[in-house]
Order: sequence, then C-alpha cells, then structure tokens
Amino acid sequence: MKTIFEKSVAGREGCWPCEGMAEEAYIPKELLRDGDVGLPSASELDVVRHFTRLSQRNFGVDGNFYPLGSCTMKYNPKFTEVVAAMPGFTRLHPVLPQLRGAGGLCQGALEVMYETESLLCEITGMSAFTLHPMAGAHGELTGVMLMAAYHKDRGNKKTKVIVPDSAHGTNPASAAIAGFDVVSVESKDGIVDPAALAEVLDDEVAGMMMTCPNTLGLFEKNLPEIVKMLRKVDALLYYDGANLNAIMGKMRVGDVGFDIVHLNLHKTFATPHGGGGPGSGPVGVSEKVAPFLPISRVAKREDGRYFLDYDQPKSIGYVAPFYGNFGVYLKAYAYILRLGGKGLTRATENAVLAANYMRKRLCDHFEVPYNRICMHEFVASASEQAKKGVHALDFAKGLLDKGYHAPTVYFPLIVPEAIMIEPTETENKETLDQFCDDLIELAGLVDSNPEALTSAPVTLPVTRLDETKAARSMELTDDL
Amino acid sequence: MPFVPHTEDEVREMLAAIGVGSVEDLFAEITQDMRPKSFDIPDGLSEMEVLSKLEGLAAKNATNSVSFLGAGFYDHYIPAAVDALTMRGEFYTAYTPYQPEASQGTLQAIFEYQTAVTRLLGMECANASVYDGGTALYEALMMAVRKTKRRKIVVSEALNPIYRVMLGSYTSNLDLEFVTVPHKDGRTDVEGLKAALDDSIAAVLVQNPNFFGSINDFTELFAAAAKVKAVSVVSAYPVLQALLKTPGAMGADIAVAEGQSLGLPLSFGGPYLGIMTCTKAMIRQMPGRIVGRTTDTEGRTGYVLTLQAREQHIRRQKATSNICSNQSLCALRALVHMCALGELGIKRAARVSVERAHICAERLTSIPGVDMLTKGAFGNEFAVTLPVNAFEVIAKLTERGFVPGFPLGRYFDGLENGLLVACTEKTSEEQIGIFAEMLRGALK
Repeated sequence: MKTIFEKSVAGREGCWPCEGMAEEAYIPKELLRDGDVGLPSASELDVVRHFTRLSQRNFGVDGNFYPLGSCTMKYNPKFTEVVAAMPGFTRLHPVLPQLRGAGGLCQGALEVMYETESLLCEITGMSAFTLHPMAGAHGELTGVMLMAAYHKDRGNKKTKVIVPDSAHGTNPASAAIAGFDVVSVESKDGIVDPAALAEVLDDEVAGMMMTCPNTLGLFEKNLPEIVKMLRKVDALLYYDGANLNAIMGKMRVGDVGFDIVHLNLHKTFATPHGGGGPGSGPVGVSEKVAPFLPISRVAKREDGRYFLDYDQPKSIGYVAPFYGNFGVYLKAYAYILRLGGKGLTRATENAVLAANYMRKRLCDHFEVPYNRICMHEFVASASEQAKKGVHALDFAKGLLDKGYHAPTVYFPLIVPEAIMIEPTETENKETLDQFCDDLIELAGLVDSNPEALTSAPVTLPVTRLDETKAARSMELTDDL
Repeated sequence: MPFVPHTEDEVREMLAAIGVGSVEDLFAEITQDMRPKSFDIPDGLSEMEVLSKLEGLAAKNATNSVSFLGAGFYDHYIPAAVDALTMRGEFYTAYTPYQPEASQGTLQAIFEYQTAVTRLLGMECANASVYDGGTALYEALMMAVRKTKRRKIVVSEALNPIYRVMLGSYTSNLDLEFVTVPHKDGRTDVEGLKAALDDSIAAVLVQNPNFFGSINDFTELFAAAAKVKAVSVVSAYPVLQALLKTPGAMGADIAVAEGQSLGLPLSFGGPYLGIMTCTKAMIRQMPGRIVGRTTDTEGRTGYVLTLQAREQHIRRQKATSNICSNQSLCALRALVHMCALGELGIKRAARVSVERAHICAERLTSIPGVDMLTKGAFGNEFAVTLPVNAFEVIAKLTERGFVPGFPLGRYFDGLENGLLVACTEKTSEEQIGIFAEMLRGALK
C-alpha cells in the first residue's frame, strides 16, 4: 500500500486549524527554514481513507483473539474511553495545580490521582504509590532508582541486583541503566531455587527483581523463604507486576514482603495497548521506601481538599515532567470502580481457569515442560515438531492465517521453541475451544503437509517479511 | 460479573476437564500465610454509575478558563479526524507489532511517522517515539555518553527547567557531571556554551526556541561541538519547526521534541510523545523501536521492527536502553494530525500562533511597568517582567478564571517578576484584549 507521502499532491488543502495565514515578518529570515517541510498535502477524505485502510491491515483485540503470553491482552471496555475523553480532564493544563490560587481549578483530577493511588495500595498491600512512571519498564527503572536511593540514605554500599533467568528482558536492562551490576540466578523446576540464590547473595546485593507468577506461568512458592534471605542482607525485593492478573484478590505482594512493585495498568486494568503504548507503570512501595518516591506526591488536607506536595527532601526527583500518563490511569481507575473487589478477584479466577483449561486441552499435542497447575498463562514447546522442521515461529504464522494473533514465541528463553499462551478472563469458551482445535489441526499438518505451516501466512496483506533485508538496507523513512 | 463470559455450567465443564473440584483448588500453592491481610475494595458499580461519578469529578475541574499557560505544553487545535481515525479498534486495541504480517497498519503508520518527524526536524532517522520530551532528552544524553565514552555534559540554563530537573534525577546514580551555562536575560548564552566545550565533553544540550521563547541559530555552536567530537543535542518545539531553521540544517547530531502539540490534548500531563531523531551515524545508539521497510516472499513492500539487536529482549543488561515499548498511539495521533493539517495547515497554525503572540506582547508591554524580558526574535511564547511579583498577579487573575501564564520565579532565582506567556492559533484577539485590560487593572 502506498504511503501517505506518495499520495500527496502539492497544493491540495487539508483541514485548516484556523482562518488567516499570517506573514512570516515576525521572525528574521535567517532564522527560518529553507523550502517546504515535506509533509503530505491531502484532502481530509484522502487522509481518512488512508488511515482507515491502514487500520484494516491490523489485528486488534476488538477483532482477533490475542493469546500473547505475558502481555495480558484482555478486552478493553469502551466506557473507559468516554471517561478519558471528558473535556473536564483532557483540557487541563498540567502546570495549573502548581500555580498559586489555582489548586481549586483541578480538584477533580487530583482526587482521581489520590483515589487511584489508594485503590492500588489496597490491591497490592503496599503503603504508598506514585502514578508518575509512564510505562512498565519506566516503573522498573523508577523502582531500581528507589532501591539505589534507599541504600544511599542508609550508607549501604550496594552494587548488584539479582534477576532470575526467567525474568523479562527489561528487568536486567533497567537495573543496568540505573547503574547496577546484574547477577543472574538459575531456576530449578521452573521456579527460583533458594539454594542457587544463596550462592549469589551477599552484602553487595541491593535487591532482587521477581515476577510472580513467573514467565513460565508458575507460582513462586518459595517466596517466604526468599524474602527472609534478602532481609538478612538488607536487600530489597522488587515485584514486576506484569503478571498481577493472576493473583488479584488471592495474594497481596505487600503482605508477603515485597518492598517495591510496579504495575502495568494497561495489562491488569484493561487500558488499550494502542499498538505499543501509551502505558502506565505506577510504582508502589513499603513504608521504609516511601520517602524516596518521585516528586510531587498528591495529598489530602484535613478540610478534604487535595494538593501536590513538593516538600519531599529524600525524593529521587522527577521521573516524569508532571504526574504520569493521567489519561491512561484515569481509565484504569474507572475500570477498578466498575469491577469492584469481587470483580477483580473474579477476573483473576477466570484468567487462571482459562489458562489451565487450554493447557489441559493442548498438552497431548504439544510438549508442556511444566505440566502442572499453572497461573494465568502457560508455556508449551514445539521442540518435538521442530525435529521435523516445523518451528514455534511456523505455528505462530499458521495461527495468523486462522485469524488469531500468535502467542508469544521463543520466550521465556529457558524453554526451547517456546509457545507462551495467555487467554485472559474475557474470552468465551467457544473461542478457547476453537483456538485449541485449530492449533491441534496445525500440529497434525507437521506430518501431512508441513509446507502449509512453513509458508504461512498466506491470507494476510503480506507474506513472511525479510527482516534481514530490513536491517541491512536500513530504509527507515520514505525518501522520495 | 462484567467482562467474564463463562456461565456456571461452562465453569463446571472446564474444571472437570482440568481435573480439579473447584476454582479455589487452582490457587492451592498460595498457602494461607501468603493470603491477603485485607482486600477492602468497594463493590463494583454499573457502567452508568461509573460515568456519572467521573462526570462529577470532571466537573470539579475548571476547564472553561482562558489560559496563556505554555512552558513547553500547548493547546493547539486538534482536527476531529484525529480522534475518529486513531480510536479505530484495530489501532487502539492492537499490541506492539511483534507479528509484522498481522500488524502492517501499525508498522506502516510508524514508518510514516518516522518520515514526518525527520522531515519536520530536518534529520535523517527517527525512532518510533519514547515516553515524552523529557525522557527523549535523557535518552539523547545517554546516546552521546555511549558514543563518546565521556562523562561531562554542557547544558544551557535556558533549557526547560522541568527537563533539567529530570536529567538530574535520572543520572543521580551514574558517574556523570553537568556543566550548566546560565542564560543571559532569557537568551541562550551561545558564546558561554562554546567556551565550555573541550575534548572532555560528551554532549551540549540546548533548546529552540528556548524556555523563554527566544529563537536561536545554533549552527556555529554545533560546528564548535563537532570540532571537539562532542555530540550536539537540541530540543525543538515541533509546531514552530514548520517555519524555523531545522536542527538538521544547523548540524545537530540528535534532535528531540515533546510531540504533545501535534494532536495530543494537554490531559493533565500525559500521555505525551517523546520525538527522537538523529543522524545516520548515531542510529545504532538510538533506543526504542525502529521500523524499516522490506519485502515479503512475493516481493511486495512491507514493514517490520528492525535493528532489534540493540534491545533488551535480546541484549538484556547490555541493551541501549530499558525502554521496551513506545507511545505508538500518540505517535499515530501526531502523524494523523500532521497529515490532516497538511503542509499548508501546519504552517498556518504556526504562523497564526506567532502572530497572536506578537500582538499579545505589544498589548502587554503598552502597560506601564511591563517590559519584554525575551529579547530578539521569538515565536508563540515570550516572557515579560512585571513591576510586581508574578505569583501574586497570577493568583489574582486565576481566581477570576483567567490564567495569565507561567511564573518564571518558580525555577529561576531573581526572575520573581517574570511571566512567561504563550499563544496558539486558538488564542483570540478578543482574549488578548481582555488579558491586557485585566493585567492593567491588576497592576494599578
């Protein structure tokens, strides 16, 4: 499909933002640019058709089942968009509450922040939350910065952060970017092994980053022991909230001893992922870490009015220009209000039920390396099929032809030919059954017609794309 | 229960297939000592009740006030087509495009976005965006540190102070040193910046127009930086870039911007859009997603995420950045916004905004005791000094639903009387007239 730049016709008028076309006389000529910008000239209908056509070349949850492990692609209810589009929220300038006399002009927005933080505290069992981090990985970085600030304040000399081998790649990256050395610890039988942890744990460890359930979909049942071990060396325990959908209402990470936690609101609390963002990655902390949270903190006066507190002498400072992705956590807030405590627990129960149901239906057709009760996702492996030349990637592409987004493949790295499936609580049983039937049918093709898999997809706008060529030719813009 | 489709019969069938007696059996590994000490979340509400509650909260915000607040974040007009197109579920409810064949819509849109922002800034390459203008600046700084393996950074004090504070926070645990060159009456001190350059400097960081609205040509500064092999980084205001000499034409190595003014509502601080562009020579240092054009097995054009070897899911702790996702939907909004306005529309928005600001400056400085702080050329934002403390004037006018601007004293000692005023094409001449009269009254 042609790009919008190729469709441009010089001189064609688009949508005027206003009348008038003032002179450029206000700015001296030597400070102005030479020539045109090179943006498209198209009519409004040209633009509407172009982007409507583009959208039709895309899978989204509204049209396709998205069983992407670790990504929690549940249905995003529509009413939250109505909330986020209310002019009372969208038109608020973020500097407003920082002006003397203007706090009264944004009490509603500040209340949303205050209430959302309170709800997240109760859901996770943490003492305090900041909504500032703008994505999950941003929350991780904020969390590790908090770790550094905590130890610095106590005069601890800490240089290392422990990350299990089953962790998301962002965990070690965040720890490294915050200035720590990363130490990996191997899993045993799919979960963190206290004996292996003991070997790498010493006084220089600032903290450990854990995901529970982990990326194999397994519950880390040694948690209480791990917490005790870390306490002994004054190391903090960090919780990667990517998989919170599996435990809401069943366990609170604060109660079991985590000191820092980030949540991916777009996953657990159903805010649309938008093809890659924006997300929101709030960070919760235990009492001893709270003084280090980013500036500002929203607080409530005795008269019930909300204000931003900038007097935080031990704070790590600004991680965002303002208060995070307000428009995103506003949707999460509305979603939590809609479900309530029972609804959140029910979501967790059904997410776990669906994953175990699919695991059971598929485990006779694919190897499932840890074939026991799982949480909200499980990892199958195409290693048997790979011996016959059909790989996890081929199954992924075969599923695209059937109208599903593919599961996560080749992750976690510790399972060869991994196919990681997460159905979420919002898919009905017919969809789960049909997906299993279709995947089993694809497995049957490995012997009868492997070509049908290795040449998939054939029903989409393009067939398999040459990624090597893209990296070599580096065509990154539409140069005419 | 909302959004869970299973009937009781279906739940029973699924439990039977799994071979357990109850849903609770699935959670047996979470032993009693790990169960919640409380879970005191109110009962759920109906959709109607939630909307009504949130309408009430929205109504507690005064959004009908007239505002001249900018400080890097501007209220430009957004064509209706932007919402209509970007709210399509195929875009809105999609994931990061890991399966390119099923994500050509998202991928081609990012490719077009990369094209649009590189043209706007006159640069060669762009990524698919990062969180906001501040994190874009921080990532640019880290690119320079990796590239040069040096640890000193020269920063202009006329750079948005919010971003300067962010840079300090992000790097507090790293072995880096900042050299801040003070502004000169609101102007970027180009000579001072040049003097601070030597072969120990990783990067020089400036902004155009600067925080006070003053427009610069940094060509000489960037040439001086190139001479000592320091990386030139500029933070630009994208709407004005439709008119201004580009970072590329000035010789910048990296140009970043806050993309909020390209089709994103102010929305109390987010979500916003961090635009990152650079020269070809810097591309492998660039963090985040990048989309490239390629072909499929039939020779047809298609798009994929590319240069992923820099990223954390492959390089883990050795990745260029921990940034995993981007602001894809915000980038899409910016692209649709630029396309809907088109070449002529965006120039029109920029020119009218500049004109309104100049009319406003003239009206305000005709008031006795009000003088221009911003000297020389400025765009749609400028600073004035008042005969009294700006905080007081702002408080007085804001109580009457009129927000006159940003108090410079919040970040700059000695500028307690300074007021930063922004206009856009949405600012009417009538509003400017009222502003001038109110200010005149307040100063009497």
